[in-house]
Amino acid sequence: MKGTLHCGLMAILVSTGAYGSVQDILQGYAHTGAGPFDPAAGKAAWVKAHRSTHSAEPRSCSSCHGTDLTRAGRHVKTGKPIEPLAVSANPSRLSDPHKVETWFRRNCRWTLGRDCTPQEKGDFIRYISNP
Amino acid sequence: MKKTVTLIALGILMIVSIGTVMSGSERWERNEEAHREDAGSSEAYEREAGRMRNEWPGSRADVTPAQDAAYHSACGACHFAYQPGLLPGSAWTRIMDSLGDHYGDDASLDEAQSAEIRRYLTANAADRSALSRSRAFAALPAANDALPRVTTTDYFRREHSEIPTRFVQGNTGVGSFSNCQSCHRNADAGIYNEHQVVIPGVGRWDD
Repeated sequence: MKGTLHCGLMAILVSTGAYGSVQDILQGYAHTGAGPFDPAAGKAAWVKAHRSTHSAEPRSCSSCHGTDLTRAGRHVKTGKPIEPLAVSANPSRLSDPHKVETWFRRNCRWTLGRDCTPQEKGDFIRYISNP
Repeated sequence: MKKTVTLIALGILMIVSIGTVMSGSERWERNEEAHREDAGSSEAYEREAGRMRNEWPGSRADVTPAQDAAYHSACGACHFAYQPGLLPGSAWTRIMDSLGDHYGDDASLDEAQSAEIRRYLTANAADRSALSRSRAFAALPAANDALPRVTTTDYFRREHSEIPTRFVQGNTGVGSFSNCQSCHRNADAGIYNEHQVVIPGVGRWDD
């Protein structure tokens, strides 16, 4: 059963191009010396709250994207709905490495107040591709 | 036997799912192409405005709809994609110069993306629009060091002066004057006339 599920998931990833780009993205981080990448570490960092000088409420990735990545999120400031991040629920996710880096830059600075390290980004990618 | 049936079923499922995804992405690409060709063409905007007039009797676009794919993706992902015609070019330039501190949030983009969006916003800004309501947004309040906002323009304030704060900030269905589309239900199409205003939890606002 697990094998069938895995097979099905791979078929979806391969057919949408997300699988290839995820490998490319992770390889890019590995070239900087990061790795191995751990989805559990990504999951833990996802909900970690960071104090911000811009808002009274601490911020985490889940502030806007929620904790169930297969469901839509909501921008905490504007209230605008955000489509699910999980590749299984939204096949276009992680299919464009350039877009991935744009949003890592913006969102890591918003949430952590700094850029994420390649290790942190790799862990997040593994978590998002298979939450 | 059971295993063979499962494998055949999985095979069919894979072919169908790949086919669906591929035809979906082709459709998306075709739309994107049409979109790119249209972006920046005032004839296309006129056609679009004409189409909307036909679909919404008695309505027309007050502000040219935002049709740039890069703008929607980079800016519209977090907030309502304010039409370029809601602020003058000088205001858009200041906003694009300070994306690292975008009203308290980081909205930085790489140079290529930022240049493309800057061009789109300034080329279609309020002070370059032929639409009278759009042109009314070209006047910014004098001597203000803060980043320009649509909601602090004189025209915006005048048009919204009769709306009590309990309908906006005190209303969970709205929250802020920045959420145009909460009450202007066709704001996406650039239609802001008051006959189409419905305030969540309050109802029509038509004075």
